[in-house]
Amino acid sequence: MAAVTTYREALRATLMEEMDRNPAVVLLGEDIGVYQGTFRITADFLSRYGPRRVIDTPISELGFIGAAIGMAMLGLRPVVEVMTWNFSLLAADQILNNAAKLRYFSGGQVEVPLVIRGPNGAGVQLSAQHSQSLEAVYAHFPGLQVALPATPADVRGLLLTALRGQDPVIFLENAALYGVKGEVPDGDAAIPFGRAEVMRGGRDVTLIAYSRMVHLALAAAEHLAREGVEAEVINLRTLRPLDGETVIHSVRRTHRAVVVQEQWKPFGAAAEIAALISEEAFDLLDAPVERVTGADVPMPYARNLELLALPHERDIVAAARRTLYRQ
Amino acid sequence: MATKRGEAEVQSGALADADLAEALPWYRLMLIARRFEDEAERAFRRGKIGGYLHLYSGQEAVAAGFLAVLRPDDIFFTAYRDHAHAIFRGTPAGAVMAELFGRQTGVVKGKGGSMHIFDVGRGFYGGYGIVGGHIPLATGAAYALRYQGTDRICLCFLGDGAMNSGSFHEPVNMAGLWGREGMCPIVYIVENNRYAMGTAVERSTAVTDLASKFGIHGIPHERLDGQDFLEVRRAARRITAQVRETGRPYAVEAITYRFVAHGAADLFQPYRTKEEVEAWKARDPILLLERALRAAGLLDDGQVEALRREAQEVVAAAVRYAEESPEPPPEELTRDVYAP
Repeated sequence: MAAVTTYREALRATLMEEMDRNPAVVLLGEDIGVYQGTFRITADFLSRYGPRRVIDTPISELGFIGAAIGMAMLGLRPVVEVMTWNFSLLAADQILNNAAKLRYFSGGQVEVPLVIRGPNGAGVQLSAQHSQSLEAVYAHFPGLQVALPATPADVRGLLLTALRGQDPVIFLENAALYGVKGEVPDGDAAIPFGRAEVMRGGRDVTLIAYSRMVHLALAAAEHLAREGVEAEVINLRTLRPLDGETVIHSVRRTHRAVVVQEQWKPFGAAAEIAALISEEAFDLLDAPVERVTGADVPMPYARNLELLALPHERDIVAAARRTLYRQ
Repeated sequence: MATKRGEAEVQSGALADADLAEALPWYRLMLIARRFEDEAERAFRRGKIGGYLHLYSGQEAVAAGFLAVLRPDDIFFTAYRDHAHAIFRGTPAGAVMAELFGRQTGVVKGKGGSMHIFDVGRGFYGGYGIVGGHIPLATGAAYALRYQGTDRICLCFLGDGAMNSGSFHEPVNMAGLWGREGMCPIVYIVENNRYAMGTAVERSTAVTDLASKFGIHGIPHERLDGQDFLEVRRAARRITAQVRETGRPYAVEAITYRFVAHGAADLFQPYRTKEEVEAWKARDPILLLERALRAAGLLDDGQVEALRREAQEVVAAAVRYAEESPEPPPEELTRDVYAP
């Protein structure tokens, strides 16, 4: 049986499900308790689970993310909410130098079953410090896993996997998706990391996306269908591990690829995927791999400039057309 | 009255003797740790040990005094000057030396080196290479111990240099908060050896009463003579019992001194004088404990000689073990990045 729910409710319900099941799950974050959470993911959690499990922290990302790592080392399963991923940079040393590497430099003696979650990506007129996509930063580091759910089903499936795994997970949500509705299967719907979903079949061009960009890619595919172009849409779901197999399998059939990301173009996820395609399927490509990305600037405040800085459906359509030499 | 007082004196005298007798094994371990550091430095000069090498010589009484009273199921964290902590906790010297040599038999299979000694089976949750970076971990670990309903406690050793970083103040503030609910059984032990690399405390810290910095976060604190094993251990007994009982944090600033360079690259030590180093060597923690044991008749020349020889043998065996151990096999490169 599947129920229709929102991305937000899928988060809330899945967290609750796992907290009911496993007393080792504790939550930490700024204003997740008394205030009920900035995006209300943890509404009513404090009264349900008490202050020992729902820990309101001071504004100290380094401190509370580091403490969560220590909790995880001792067998708890902390879930940290970062108010936005922008603030995670204050804890970069803890995440990148401790969480990611502890298993390795302890020779396998230590595990860090930790989930850090919160909204990533562009806001609306939040300007440069509160409106950026940081997945490439985290996906760069061995030892981390990076999940980016696009749908409510992704949220539940990926979060269940995150909460039951033994490694640190960077769980990047998107504030613009919290209200998105979709079907969420009941029962054990855990989605293994590194397994992309083909959300729409097509034989002419492969559109590869994750998080909010999946929805743009799907809309672009609709648009292209009206022009007689059948686009295949792949939702990557995790960047680390990356499901290269599904991508390559698709590109071998369509011979064309467009990779879509919200973040800056240089050294981003799309660059990695384009390189992968050229390594694995170069001889089958009929056109260079296209990248649709955000503009290479800090996010501006002015609404018109902000819109210019973000990728749009029309950019994906145009890129797909270029791969088909149909400009 | 007179008789009673006499009895009390005899009793406290007997207690003091028993106390001293219990210090004897720690004298032995401190000799081994000192010898270990001397031999590690020699091996470094011979090119057998790579990377950074930070030695603990001169500071032994701090870790020894606290680890002497730690329960086997308790845990501790420290920074990168971490070999002696492992040896005091019972990790075989060979496994520590093999780690410095980058061998498969090292405590972390040759993947950490000098800065990342771990022995989780003995409650040692690691040495860490980023100054102050382990303080949040230890704080969270202490919370976890209490959350799990145990009376285990956590020790967090840190240097004076770490105290000027955000990774000190952020978690210590949280420890103060969590301590109010009895949820943070941790002892922060500042090993104030006067220098953060080459920067003296006076040059890095506006308030040089380091213990007082815990006070602003609501944590009780005191200063100790870090050269005096007996004093450290006495304080450690009282403090750890209190922390175990209350679940509230406590902090100690142990005044100590590193006899050796900060690390391998610190050849000339332009920041301090030979006279200063020599003056501190007069308060060598091993020497001070030896004097106390001799005065109590628990140690004589012959025993000192025998224990020194044993320390040499233990460490020589550790070096041989390290030298004869294999390098990690190539498949070790990609192991332990993720759960198997």
